[in-house]
Amino acid sequence: MSKYWHVINIGIQSTLVYRVNFLVRALFGLVPLFALILLWRAIYEGAKGPDVGGYQLSEVITYYLMVNVVVALTAVTEDDWQIAADIRDGRISQFLLKPIDYLKYRLCLFAAGRMVYTAAALVPMGVFLWFQRDHLQAPASAGHFAAFGLALALTALLQFFISFTMALLAFWVLEVATFIFILFAFEYVAGGHLFPLDMLPPTLLKVLHLTPFPYMLYFPVRVYLGRVEGAELWQGLGIQAFWVLATLGLARWVWSRGLRHYSAVGG
Amino acid sequence: MPTPDVNVLDDPPQIGSRAVPPGLGRYLAIYAAFWRNSLVREMGFKINFILWIVVEMLWFGLQLTFMAVIYSHTDRIASWTKWQVVLLVGANHFVQQLFTALFMNNCVKLSENVRSGGLDFMLLMPVNARFLISLRHVDFGAFVNAASAVAVMVYAGVQLGLQPSVVQLVGAAVLLLLGLSIHYSVMYILACISFWTVRAQGIVWGYYNLFQLARLPDEAFRGMFRMIFTFVVPVLLVTNVPVKVLLEKLSSWSEMAWLGGMSVAIFWLSEAFWRWSVRHYGSASS
Repeated sequence: MSKYWHVINIGIQSTLVYRVNFLVRALFGLVPLFALILLWRAIYEGAKGPDVGGYQLSEVITYYLMVNVVVALTAVTEDDWQIAADIRDGRISQFLLKPIDYLKYRLCLFAAGRMVYTAAALVPMGVFLWFQRDHLQAPASAGHFAAFGLALALTALLQFFISFTMALLAFWVLEVATFIFILFAFEYVAGGHLFPLDMLPPTLLKVLHLTPFPYMLYFPVRVYLGRVEGAELWQGLGIQAFWVLATLGLARWVWSRGLRHYSAVGG
Repeated sequence: MPTPDVNVLDDPPQIGSRAVPPGLGRYLAIYAAFWRNSLVREMGFKINFILWIVVEMLWFGLQLTFMAVIYSHTDRIASWTKWQVVLLVGANHFVQQLFTALFMNNCVKLSENVRSGGLDFMLLMPVNARFLISLRHVDFGAFVNAASAVAVMVYAGVQLGLQPSVVQLVGAAVLLLLGLSIHYSVMYILACISFWTVRAQGIVWGYYNLFQLARLPDEAFRGMFRMIFTFVVPVLLVTNVPVKVLLEKLSSWSEMAWLGGMSVAIFWLSEAFWRWSVRHYGSASS
């Protein structure tokens, strides 16, 4: 186990190089978020009542703020490109020879990257949340907050395993970017990044819940808002855990298939 | 006699075996060569070419879905109705795709060329270096997506029962091109930052984020936010003004004047910044 702590350590040190880049990215990311909040304010001003699509203004604003917090903490940014490049350039050969598991190795680097990103984004995000404090709702209760933490951890794992599996397509095709972007587009809308999913027609929402996408973002945010309670909460966490295990299994399976196909180009 | 890509000094410059006419004609001939080269490169990866078109279509669909969901719960955003916003989203996609087709890759590559020292080579060529840097790569898939944006705009126009006059159409088209030039000039300024910090790509992609603002109705914004994105980085003018011309929503002529004035001013600024930046270029690795 201790060797993986070293990986995390190295990961933190090497991503620290990009701290200014992360800061810039976090700052630029706030502009569209702010624009979205202003847009929703304009929508509520023109609305007939205080309720639009089952949300009050504060709830919608909190929704978008928490979406951005969850994304900062759990989204895969560079990892999939790097994994695909490792495979394409034959750099994974060295991992096949060493007593180190590539999936665990990448998971450690992912964790390290998120820690550094979160640290870099903390100040701009914190200042922004402070300015929006009138509309930022606290979690419904300590219990909800604990459940949110758990859902957040499962979300991070789910995000990582899905991205890892997608990157493994590099065993078969040269250019994985398009596939990753297509998946990302689906995740963007079906994960609830653009709008709260329960604003969609109920049948469509039911269909979406058969896919892992809502559990990659929408679910933890809903838990934070206190909109999932009791049995539904446990059921949701259970489904999330199921998807984590399923995608882990898929990642392992694709990896072993890929290795059979692997020709160590340039390695 | 085999000739290098672009010949130097005494002989008239040649591209391939073709003699190149002087002046503007020469630049047009070089630009035609850029198109040919880009087309050859794109056709080397046909499936990828099609997949990228699919990706962009998906994102366009996403933006429209977002508006559809909002308008399933409300009638208007400020004074903008559903199909008016669809027209706006379409117009924004049109400008954005034209930008991607003509300039995006080139702006991103500038920082790469500064890092690798490849810029030396471009500065030595007997053509305007900015012309070479800005226009060398053409992304043909983006033209397909720009066409899909026009289709959506036309559909929205039909839904609205718009019957624009020729003057309106030409005016909107010219204003959209001025908006395109604003995007380009801002992006070029940001790309030039790579002369100081090597990692300017993050900044360039960051501005790509700001493109999102251009597809939202400007009336939704006010205060500082609206001031900054109208008068400092005028992304809110880029598509709103031309679409308002089509919808006859323009509050005054000054909005068009601002768009025109800003596009000239920012282009001038980008040229000044570029010249100043090149003076700081120390070359790399060579």
